Amino acid sequence: MQAVKEQPEQQKSRFSETRLGRSLLSQETILLIITIIAITFLATQNERFLTLRNLSREVVLLFEVAVMAMPMTLIIITGGIDLSVGSIFGLSAVVLGFLWQDAGWALEVAIVASLVVGLMCGFLNGIFIVRLGVPPLIMTLATLALFRGMALGVSEARSARGFPEWFTDGIGRGDFLGLPLQVWIIGIAVVITGVVLARTTFGRSLYAMGNNELAARFAGIPVQRYKLVIYVYSGFMASLAAILFTARVTTTRSDMGTGYELDVIAAVVLGGTSIFGGLGTIWGTVLGLILIQVLKNGLLLAGVRGDATSVLIGIVLILAILINNFIQTRFRSV
Amino acid sequence: MTAIPQKTSQALANRSIGSRLSGLLTQESVLALALVIISFAVTIVNPNFLAARNISDILSNSSYIAIAAIGMSLVIISGNIDISIGSLIGLLATIAGRLAIGAEAGGYPEIFAFIIPIVVGVASGALIGFFVAYLHVPAIVVSLGMLSVLKGGLILWTGGEWIYNLPEWFKFAQQRPLGIPAPVYLMISLTIIGAIWMKYSATGRAIYAVGGNREAARLSGISEKRIIMTVFMINGFMVSIAALLFATQFNAIQSTVPSGLELLVITSAVVGGVSILGGTGTVIGSTLGAVLVHVIPAAMIFASISDYWRQAVQGLLILFTVLVDLYRRNQQSYARRK
Repeated sequence: MQAVKEQPEQQKSRFSETRLGRSLLSQETILLIITIIAITFLATQNERFLTLRNLSREVVLLFEVAVMAMPMTLIIITGGIDLSVGSIFGLSAVVLGFLWQDAGWALEVAIVASLVVGLMCGFLNGIFIVRLGVPPLIMTLATLALFRGMALGVSEARSARGFPEWFTDGIGRGDFLGLPLQVWIIGIAVVITGVVLARTTFGRSLYAMGNNELAARFAGIPVQRYKLVIYVYSGFMASLAAILFTARVTTTRSDMGTGYELDVIAAVVLGGTSIFGGLGTIWGTVLGLILIQVLKNGLLLAGVRGDATSVLIGIVLILAILINNFIQTRFRSV
Repeated sequence: MTAIPQKTSQALANRSIGSRLSGLLTQESVLALALVIISFAVTIVNPNFLAARNISDILSNSSYIAIAAIGMSLVIISGNIDISIGSLIGLLATIAGRLAIGAEAGGYPEIFAFIIPIVVGVASGALIGFFVAYLHVPAIVVSLGMLSVLKGGLILWTGGEWIYNLPEWFKFAQQRPLGIPAPVYLMISLTIIGAIWMKYSATGRAIYAVGGNREAARLSGISEKRIIMTVFMINGFMVSIAALLFATQFNAIQSTVPSGLELLVITSAVVGGVSILGGTGTVIGSTLGAVLVHVIPAAMIFASISDYWRQAVQGLLILFTVLVDLYRRNQQSYARRK
């Protein structure tokens, strides 16, 4: 009796243990299906949607959030979080504008200095988190206020404008081999981050740290150094995003990037990265980013005001996690 | 043979002195001391700082943040977080304002303008609590989704218009019984009730237990799901009181989400010594934290420091208090291990 009863359950769990089963039941697959449905729908509604021109325009629009979502995925996989990316974004932009316009530096040097500021902001977050043991949520909450405050203080609420043409037209709206520069940068960032996360010792160690930090340390993983690296990476990418954004909109303001941290985290979490750490892929984050952009675009095409996308993204975020939770408990925990 | 008990008793005596000292160094007393020192320093530079009118203004401005921080403290102590409260405050303030204008035009009693926002606030808290407790979605994800929904929904609904011509009876937060602003009374009484409830009621203790060790709490017979539901509903209630104060403090309401409120409230709780890891913290601490977070910018104005650097100093302050708190905790656990 007992054996007969148990059999179907065992089969089910075996199915989910196979490679095919595991990948079919992952959040990435669910997202992929939703995204394909959404894209097909949009393509039937508007024949210009699936053109290279339109698609690369969409990538440029999600560029800033996408660039910052790369390091954020790594950070959340280790069980941390970085709330300060929006503020690092703002501070880098303001520093760029200030050094170029008020301090009279050459723009090339100002760009490098702005990247250094981003690196230093990330380093500050990282060093407090690893050396003093400040929880990442608290540390980056404090620096969210601190970096934004510094941006306000440096700029004194003035904006810089009038950047040279090679910067605004060459970089901000420039093409390389027929595609916007942003498309290339985001492509390179995705490939590098994805390969590092999935195929290197460093990347695999991040999962171990997110699952059990103490065990990871006992296994000989340099936990502190790796953590420092990902927070510095986060600061650098926020800065890079800020420079390209400045080039595109041709001005800097101290409130730039306000609230970006939540957009970035939403995309990463929607992409299946567990907020508790130990789980997630760059591939999932890319899908999360695409789905959010497709939803925004779809609603605009349907004539719904832009604010409705915020409502829909919120609902999709919670639903995606719910469906994933349901599948995990239904098929995995047996 | 006799030496051993002697040693032990000596060690015990030493430890009790040590623990008495570290007992004095609670986050609350550190905060109170910081408040006194800052006020004293600024008064030397500018004696007007200690004027009764200025003090009551600072307290009045910090009271809605302090009240929201009481709810947030409970949520954080239980091991969760709610980042949607800024949007909820915006929504509830708008509902209150529109209802007040409707009530003035006739149709329903004036009290509806206060009751309905509270009902909506508690219901919203219950919804988040349900997702967290029964559907096991992490609180940060639910409240992130909620933030998005409320923020977008509010703009869709109102288009971000201002609400003018609020009736006089509605402007509750501007009243000053006995010369003290009404919000200050609310802040003080809710803090006292909250502190006593958290310290002595079974539910209050259970919130600490759930936040400290969820599994141990469950095994000792605490219904963890019910506690989490309760915590989020209380948070919804506190947020609606805060929203009513927010809505009634000026003569007009902008029906959009005030930016950065949730961070200000979380900052107040954390500066007040509520550990983000759950299990420790007090309501009195969070209220002192909220006042401190408001005293700093006010003090900077009186000390003629450029307003542009206000937020940077606020960030440094958070960092500093967190470090002091960490240091204190390390000392305590070191003393305990000895």
